[in-house]
Amino acid sequence: MQYHLDFEKPLVELEQKIRELRDYSTANVDFSSEIKKLEKKAVKLREEIFTNLTRWQRTQLARHQNRPYTLDYIQHIFTDWFEVHGDRNFRDDPALVCGFARLDGEPCAVIGHQKGRDTKEKVHRNFGMPNPEGYRKALRVMKMAEQFGLPIFTFVDTPGAFPGIGAEERGQAEAIARNLREMAALKVPLIVTVTGEGGSGGALAIAVGNRVMMMQYSVYAVISPEGCAAILWSDGTRGPEAAEALKLTASDIDSLGCVIDDIIPEPPGGAHANHEAAAQNVKSYLKKHLDELRGLSPEELVEQRYQKFRAMTRVKE
Amino acid sequence: MPWFKRKKKPLSKKAEQKKVQMPEGVWTKCKNCDEIVYTREIERNLNVCPKCDYHFRISASARIELVLDPGSFEEMDAEMQSVDFLGFKDSKKYKDRIKAAVAKAGGGDAVVCGTGTIEGLPVVVGVFDFGFMGGSMGSVVGEKITRAIEKGLEERRPVIVFSSSGGARMQESILSLMQMAKTSAALARLKEAGIPFISVLTDPTTGGVTASFAMLGDINMAEPRALIGFAGPRVIEQTIRQQLPEGFQRSEYLLEHGMVDMIVRRQEMKAKLAQILRIFTKS
Repeated sequence: MQYHLDFEKPLVELEQKIRELRDYSTANVDFSSEIKKLEKKAVKLREEIFTNLTRWQRTQLARHQNRPYTLDYIQHIFTDWFEVHGDRNFRDDPALVCGFARLDGEPCAVIGHQKGRDTKEKVHRNFGMPNPEGYRKALRVMKMAEQFGLPIFTFVDTPGAFPGIGAEERGQAEAIARNLREMAALKVPLIVTVTGEGGSGGALAIAVGNRVMMMQYSVYAVISPEGCAAILWSDGTRGPEAAEALKLTASDIDSLGCVIDDIIPEPPGGAHANHEAAAQNVKSYLKKHLDELRGLSPEELVEQRYQKFRAMTRVKE
Repeated sequence: MPWFKRKKKPLSKKAEQKKVQMPEGVWTKCKNCDEIVYTREIERNLNVCPKCDYHFRISASARIELVLDPGSFEEMDAEMQSVDFLGFKDSKKYKDRIKAAVAKAGGGDAVVCGTGTIEGLPVVVGVFDFGFMGGSMGSVVGEKITRAIEKGLEERRPVIVFSSSGGARMQESILSLMQMAKTSAALARLKEAGIPFISVLTDPTTGGVTASFAMLGDINMAEPRALIGFAGPRVIEQTIRQQLPEGFQRSEYLLEHGMVDMIVRRQEMKAKLAQILRIFTKS
């Protein structure tokens, strides 16, 4: 099912027209000059729309229903993928997928939030909101990667950790906190990519990496714009204003200078317009950063990660 | 249309007129048992309701006085202050919020850290002040807690943090979130060095503080009936559209579900901490 955001619609309509003209073209009827003209117009329109995006529109892009999800990236980037299930304590959490694969032949661990495409799958994946057992599974896989000396790649795309009765009873806070502490001490390279929504502690619980990158139209914040608006103005519908205040886009966060290492460019029209191209961009960045980290000893990896997060401070003394 | 009409005038007006005027603060209504108690009596009882044992929230300075040996406390990083680096504005500018909170508290931020002794045992403590912007954790709180942990590492002193916080400070957005990682990473080092960390959860401790250092104690200790959780009860209710169970997210509930080791009343707090520290630092 195709899905379009309001501000994408003029572009989508134009692209539809171009497709139609192509379909009508035969040996006798030649629309090629019209098509060329319209294609030029589409390029211009796309540029116009995507260079002037508001923070709220970027948030909507980060949540786009056609956006590639973790399993899509895995399919395009890695080979030999196999998934592992369960935290060995309670159950398997489908909102967080974990497994092992190869990146251009080199074995590695892969962990990421997983959202669903249709209603049934969305419910199955709990809209990408993990329970404690999801984070405990992720930690189990990270420890396994450490045991076998494999680098870890994580993909962040969640509205947040699930706020439910069961989640509280089983220690959502403890599961996240433990991951933060244990990730800080991992002796293998850990490379994080925020692909869509970086939703607060639920995102951070798999995101304490030697490298942290954000896709061009991804967002990352301490609270969702809706949640922020609900607290500040008791009005969850004022998300667009809260998004402005939270400065949650990749370029906002990059300008702080200490949180992310790179912004991964997306293909024209956003990652959802071309999964394959988006994944290839991600892949080249993963390889670049893994190569940079290769020279570090296990102790140096731990130290580099520690100092990276240690430096995230803005205070007056 | 109502089924019947009240013929007499409503009763409430008269009752209101009769209300006795009382100077503010002499009596306090207990939030738990609704009993009206003489305020001085509550204060004498370490801010615990003498009728029902409800533990009122207390300031950082009151907590320090309660737990540390008299005169032993030496504050660290007292001058550190928050900065509005995002230009955050809701109904008020964050800059102004900081100013107002600093003026009210007479300086500092939502946590007070320093060194001291408990029954002669050297410790580093961090104590939250819920009165300062809801005890929220931004760069300053994260940095002070991290330095307190590093001080513990340096001098091999056990670290104790008394939490009372609504969570991460929204006004510092992503950097507030990162304080969770920073403080937890520091705790990884403390653990490796074999130095004890005791987390004392007091009313209320939620959000990013619970989901980082506050749940990572070698011992997690809670005051009676404190609200402790990851998501706030209102958020959960809105998400699942169900009534929450009785006592949900209270200390007793967390004890039952294995998230805290013990519930300790304010009166016994100091002795209990000393008892634990002596076991963990037997030399």
